[in-house]
Amino acid sequence: MEPNTVVCHQVTKVYRQNSVSVHALTDINLEIPKRDFACLSGPSGSGKSTLLNLIGGLDKPTSGEISVDGQRVDQMAKSELAALRLHKIGFVFQAYNLIPVLTARENVEFVMQLQGLSAGDRRDKAMQILKEVDLTGLENRRPAELSGGQQQRVAVARAIVSEPSLVLADEPTANLDSKTAQALMELLVHMNTDHNVTFIFSTHDKLVMDFSRRLIKLHDGKIVEDKRRE
Amino acid sequence: MDNLLRLAWRNLWRNKRRTWLTVSAIAFITVLMVFLITLQLGSYDLMIDSSLRIFTGQMQVQREGYLEKPQIRTVIPEAQAVAQRLRAEPALDQVGVAVRAQAFALASSANRSFGVQVVGSEPEFEPKVSTIPHQIKTGRWLKDLHAQEAVLGSTLAQNLRINVGDELTLLGAAMDGSVAATVLPVVGIFESGMIDLDRVTVTLPLATFQEIFGLGSNAHAIVFLAPDLKQLPALYTEVERQIPPTPSLVVLNWERLIPGLKQLTQADWTTGWFMYIALIAVVTFSILNTFIMSVLERTREFGIMLALGATPLRIGSLVFTETVFLALLGLGIGVGLGLVIAGFLSVYGFTYPGLKELMGQYGLPGLIYPQLSAVSILLGPAVILAFILVAALYPALRIRKLEAVEAIHAV
Repeated sequence: MEPNTVVCHQVTKVYRQNSVSVHALTDINLEIPKRDFACLSGPSGSGKSTLLNLIGGLDKPTSGEISVDGQRVDQMAKSELAALRLHKIGFVFQAYNLIPVLTARENVEFVMQLQGLSAGDRRDKAMQILKEVDLTGLENRRPAELSGGQQQRVAVARAIVSEPSLVLADEPTANLDSKTAQALMELLVHMNTDHNVTFIFSTHDKLVMDFSRRLIKLHDGKIVEDKRRE
Repeated sequence: MDNLLRLAWRNLWRNKRRTWLTVSAIAFITVLMVFLITLQLGSYDLMIDSSLRIFTGQMQVQREGYLEKPQIRTVIPEAQAVAQRLRAEPALDQVGVAVRAQAFALASSANRSFGVQVVGSEPEFEPKVSTIPHQIKTGRWLKDLHAQEAVLGSTLAQNLRINVGDELTLLGAAMDGSVAATVLPVVGIFESGMIDLDRVTVTLPLATFQEIFGLGSNAHAIVFLAPDLKQLPALYTEVERQIPPTPSLVVLNWERLIPGLKQLTQADWTTGWFMYIALIAVVTFSILNTFIMSVLERTREFGIMLALGATPLRIGSLVFTETVFLALLGLGIGVGLGLVIAGFLSVYGFTYPGLKELMGQYGLPGLIYPQLSAVSILLGPAVILAFILVAALYPALRIRKLEAVEAIHAV
């Protein structure tokens, strides 16, 4: 049995707007073991993205406990959360969200620079990972000069280049055509198996669900189904 | 280049038009500041130099204590001989040196009397230290050292209702306490450009003065005027070295002789800065608006950076660095252009309608030469830079409050 990368215990998130309270998540209990390839699905407003944000330390739960690699995310200060995200968590966003003025390689190097790696190491690792995501020859192109699929590959490379233990991907195929989405998912499976990275997705996309080994369905902020596929 | 610097530099050029407009605004205010400050300092040089050339000279040798308490007995013994020795010094070759004696007296015409300052001058050497001999509006300047005649200021002549050819009666106290009285014909009326001087000054040949006031061969001041005010420090050292050790004579530069002149320029300098600061503040606020826009439109990107593990401090540093680049670019262009303009005018001079005519009436130059120095050129840009950097702190500090989740979902 693999140790857990993510543990959520009785996690509740309530948003308050003026006098109205919205329960985005209610009493979520979840364990994601190392190397898992899990998918959060459910209709809009079910709490998928909120749960990803809480696990990634981008937001704080109203109550409950969240641990990533044994560290209590819900109790961390902003600076500690930034360090956790920098060293242990990678993000892949729906809209790629690359830095437009940096080239593909520089975007991949960005996280490593924040980590304080030397220029030589950064360059070597970036070139290696870009080769793995099949972007050799496109390293010096800026995001605007790349297709959507290529940009998402750069985003994946950026997310995994610093060898995080967890990658959180929020609707990673939403802006891709089916063929590109298929290729991307194959790449992520490869990263999952070859780099031992734990993946958690939030998605509406059936393709993503088909690739996942575990399907967690959310509805109205509660887990209504948690099914592991062989 | 470090990635932060590279990122900051490239971010500047995301919106080229906006960047160039901002750079132009910074460059414009910088050019303006360089021009105005160099011109203002240059105008002080002109004002000080012109004022000193009228009467006081740039430097004087006096008996110690005379400046504070100008008594007729506080004299320089054998003043003309001392002055003659100084004139013979090669180091003072280009410097005007003239001896003066001064006393207070009552000047009367047929109907009126006024208190006046009587000045005994060397007719030959006075024109080298004062513009008064050149500014005779009616009549002529003093003929020789022993001539029994007087020249007086135009306002005093008007007040006394006296003209060239009329007689002027002087009544005062001689050096030994006896009465000094004389009647002299007026041979000239001057208009120096300084109304106070024109209202109270009567000039006599030095020997005549010494005779009337019983001064013997003594006098009260040796006045110096170099071609350029910048020569004053060297002149000061040389004269201090040359003057006889006894009795206790002192060398006084213009700042001690007319402290009000220095204070006047300082007051004007301070007032000028109120205007400059207001100008810089207005431009800074418009630049701040650009900075804030530039930050707001990248909120989503900053959210992504936060998600990737960047700290708010790091992102704030990025924004601050962008501002530094922008400011340095604008300042660099501004200082360069300002230097060219001020440099050109420092050679050919700057004037405005009426200045030449106004100054020309008193035999003074009507051109202002901007003062080129590290301070005059860099002071304005340094203040602009400080304002911009302080303004840049605001958007940089705003980033500290940025929440990653909200930022990522910002439009």
